[in-house]
Amino acid sequence: MSKMHITLTVNGTAVEGLAEPRTLLIHFLRETLRITGPHIGCETSHCGACTIDMNGKSVKSCTVFVGQAQGAEITTVEGLVNADGSLGVIQENFREHHGLQCGFCTPGMITRAHRFLQENPAPTEAEVRFGMAGNLCRCTGYQNIVKAILASAAQLNAAKEAAE
Amino acid sequence: MNDQSNTPEDRSTRLKGMGCSRKRVEDVRFTQGKGNYVDDIRMDGMLFGDFVRSPYAHARVVSIDSAAAMKVPGVLAVITAKELEPLGLHWMPTLAGDKQMVLADGKVLFQGQEVAFVVATDRYAASDGVAAVEVEYDELPVVVDPFKALEPDAPVLREDLAGQTTGAHGPRRHHNHIFTWEVGDKEATEAVLAGADVVAEEMVYYHRTHPSPLETCGCVASMDKVNGKLTVWGTFQAPHAVRTVASLISGIAEHNIRIISPDIGGGFGNKVGVYPGYICAIVASIVTGKPVKWVESRMDNLMATAFARDYWMKGRIAATKAGKITGLWCHTTADHGGFDACADPSKFPAGFMNICTGSYDIPVAYLAVDGVYTNKAPGGVAYRCSFRVTEAAYFIERMIEVLAIRLGMDAAELRRINFIRKDQFPYQSALGWEYDSGDYHTAWDKALKAVGYDALRAEQAQRLADFKAGKTRRLIGIGLAHFTEIVGAGPVKNCDILGLGMFDSCEIRIHPTGSAIARLGTISQGQGHATTFAQIIASEIGIPADDITLEEGDTDTAPYGLGTYGSRSTPVAGAATAMAARKIRAKAQMIAAYLLEVHDDDVEFDVDRFAVKGAPERFKTMKEIAFAAYNQAIPGLEPGLEAVSYYDPPNMTYPFGAYICVMEIDVDTGEHEIRMFYALDDCGTRINPMIIEGQVHGGATEGYAIAMGQEIAYDEMGNHKTATLMDFFIPTSWETPHYTTDHTVTPSPHHPIGAKGVGESPNVGSVPAFSNAVHDAFRPFGLVHSHMPHDHWRVWKIARDLGLHG
Repeated sequence: MSKMHITLTVNGTAVEGLAEPRTLLIHFLRETLRITGPHIGCETSHCGACTIDMNGKSVKSCTVFVGQAQGAEITTVEGLVNADGSLGVIQENFREHHGLQCGFCTPGMITRAHRFLQENPAPTEAEVRFGMAGNLCRCTGYQNIVKAILASAAQLNAAKEAAE
Repeated sequence: MNDQSNTPEDRSTRLKGMGCSRKRVEDVRFTQGKGNYVDDIRMDGMLFGDFVRSPYAHARVVSIDSAAAMKVPGVLAVITAKELEPLGLHWMPTLAGDKQMVLADGKVLFQGQEVAFVVATDRYAASDGVAAVEVEYDELPVVVDPFKALEPDAPVLREDLAGQTTGAHGPRRHHNHIFTWEVGDKEATEAVLAGADVVAEEMVYYHRTHPSPLETCGCVASMDKVNGKLTVWGTFQAPHAVRTVASLISGIAEHNIRIISPDIGGGFGNKVGVYPGYICAIVASIVTGKPVKWVESRMDNLMATAFARDYWMKGRIAATKAGKITGLWCHTTADHGGFDACADPSKFPAGFMNICTGSYDIPVAYLAVDGVYTNKAPGGVAYRCSFRVTEAAYFIERMIEVLAIRLGMDAAELRRINFIRKDQFPYQSALGWEYDSGDYHTAWDKALKAVGYDALRAEQAQRLADFKAGKTRRLIGIGLAHFTEIVGAGPVKNCDILGLGMFDSCEIRIHPTGSAIARLGTISQGQGHATTFAQIIASEIGIPADDITLEEGDTDTAPYGLGTYGSRSTPVAGAATAMAARKIRAKAQMIAAYLLEVHDDDVEFDVDRFAVKGAPERFKTMKEIAFAAYNQAIPGLEPGLEAVSYYDPPNMTYPFGAYICVMEIDVDTGEHEIRMFYALDDCGTRINPMIIEGQVHGGATEGYAIAMGQEIAYDEMGNHKTATLMDFFIPTSWETPHYTTDHTVTPSPHHPIGAKGVGESPNVGSVPAFSNAVHDAFRPFGLVHSHMPHDHWRVWKIARDLGLHG
């Protein structure tokens, strides 16, 4: 099968590679680009382990052909660390509030939370639960994930206020 | 160095030892996507394997034609049973004493069964190859009902067992019968039932479900033909046992096999077994000389790797008019699918189902379990459960409710008058266990008080009156459960898997500068072992937890152990950790005494140091002692500071808990709302409260799923109806309830630090609490029992059948 030349921006860096048109974006990210933060839990868009941020939206990368991502701006969990290599606010709050156990859903969960808090910077608990419902976790029962996201919202808002 | 300004409390806090909510060390890599799971492993020249699976539940395999598949670009090999047979690998032993086809040998026994293994350069080519393999099947009659499977003219499923009237667990009385397992006193129990004031009887079905960890099963097998060494990275909850089994069935010497469990994305029992994918990847690597990866899809996982439960439990419980239970009888029909691939200790074909007397002082009891073959996937693993404890707890907690209805009693009070009393421990149960410790009344009273039980009952009565008056269409159900677990298998004298005694291990090395590495025979799948086991060591020998590295899962480096499942890591490996630490502490004491120029008995351990008795200003810190172990020639002592412990527990541990669920049910839609879920756990000594709470949240959410909607369902043709996450219910954050956690502490008397294990308690305890809430809501209308899962449709049907839809 002839291959497409794919160019993308991932976590701020321009990248390129060759892929069959049928290649799923998650496989291109994981196997061609070796960005293994996003995981594969179902390949049917249900679990959200493969969630990335693509052109400003949360996307389940197991149900996007790589060709559909041509030229896209992509952020994965790897891109959410601070410039000095320390954990970003949401990452730190997941650690602080025990919002993860096996860690398999975590990259997708944090990447979704990153976008969700831009969509709704001051959510209620119910809004967090609804906004995060596309990402499954088998370990935590979500309670501490919700706590981590609410804490992140408060911190991000406080930082924003301080900057203004 | 002599930091006398620090109080013992300050020094203790700095250690981050037992009892503190230490943040997890694992999270720094997981939160930034730097975990290393099996599918993240890539090696030069690595190939990818995928299965051709059976579309039929029962059929003869007439022919397999792989010619077209071999022409697909990238496909390198198609392996069938014919290729495996000369190696003796077309069948493999199961953990339950049965054998299982690796690839279809003449017939298939369940839909999704592995038929051929296609090896290709990448996953897409492998998938193309799978589609191109042509298999001709000849359909056979299907049996999915375990009761029909035992009828005289039922189709013969296991032709390979023809004429075998004895199996691994005794006589087989029918061609689809696997075993009968009996415990207790049948005659005495039946006599009690015959003469009892009241006997309540019910068939309690715990439906088939699936652990379904978010990461599916998989492996990378790499045979290095130059040095003859086989390395397999895989989703193994018991890496050492896998190595031994791999050696026994492949003939490769055990020292030439290295099994590595990297980060594991949840296990819940699903990753205990040995699956055909592992065997095929290993064979493919040997054949091709290249590393071969196999990672199953979600559909593969739900259809073919180990299911859980599927127990039909017929119960009879006898009591006096006043509600004192006098006897318990249970007959269970266990649907094992096409092969008996349960993961239970060898001597327990139905696991610890004989814990089914629960938290109650029942003088006489009898249990029989019949294992049956059907045309369903094999498994029967312990889904976040210590070998059928979940089934046992659900059974007894439903039977108590059914008895309460017969007696017209409050179910909380019925439990209270039948609990084993604190002064009865250690308690010998009628079905053969010695419960190590417990204080059920205290926990129960605390739970009832915490939820405001009497007020809840009053509110429920008012709601019922309003419902009857036509003012509301919502009922309230109060679901009670008091569970007793049996975990930490186990004493080697009666617990083994394939002959391997179920001890566990820990090796600790203290480095010259006073930091340490510890290695264990277990493997974390999200439980946070690297965090909590370091806390045990920190408290035992006074080295800060942050200075201790913890490693598990590599059979070349870790001491031998039986792995992580059945809540056994803390009870067994946790005990080994404490014992190894105590060996180090004993040697440290001798070193300290030498350095302080006093007798060994004249120094005492004080948080992070040994000090001279009566002269606390004279001491040596563990850091100083560690350095001395490497640079001083101490008469009578070997250099170095390390220890290993292999711990064979004298008994299991018996965690318990009281769970209460308050649920509102819409009679017209069958929808529910969980208003409150209160979970009190007593897991003995608490190592890390934050992690315990997290375990309870997660396990209760699994229980919520199981009770309220999750199932593995088949139609009569054996078609799997729940093979994607569209049909197999996993709750999202939206429907998952909020949990209130609580605890009491009753330390295990035989465990070195008194810990009992907690990981599985919430799955065991929450399922009956949720289910009992549904039943309780409809109790005033005559509902006695209705099978799980209580999804909206089934609850709506309950209301309809009770005539509540007008």
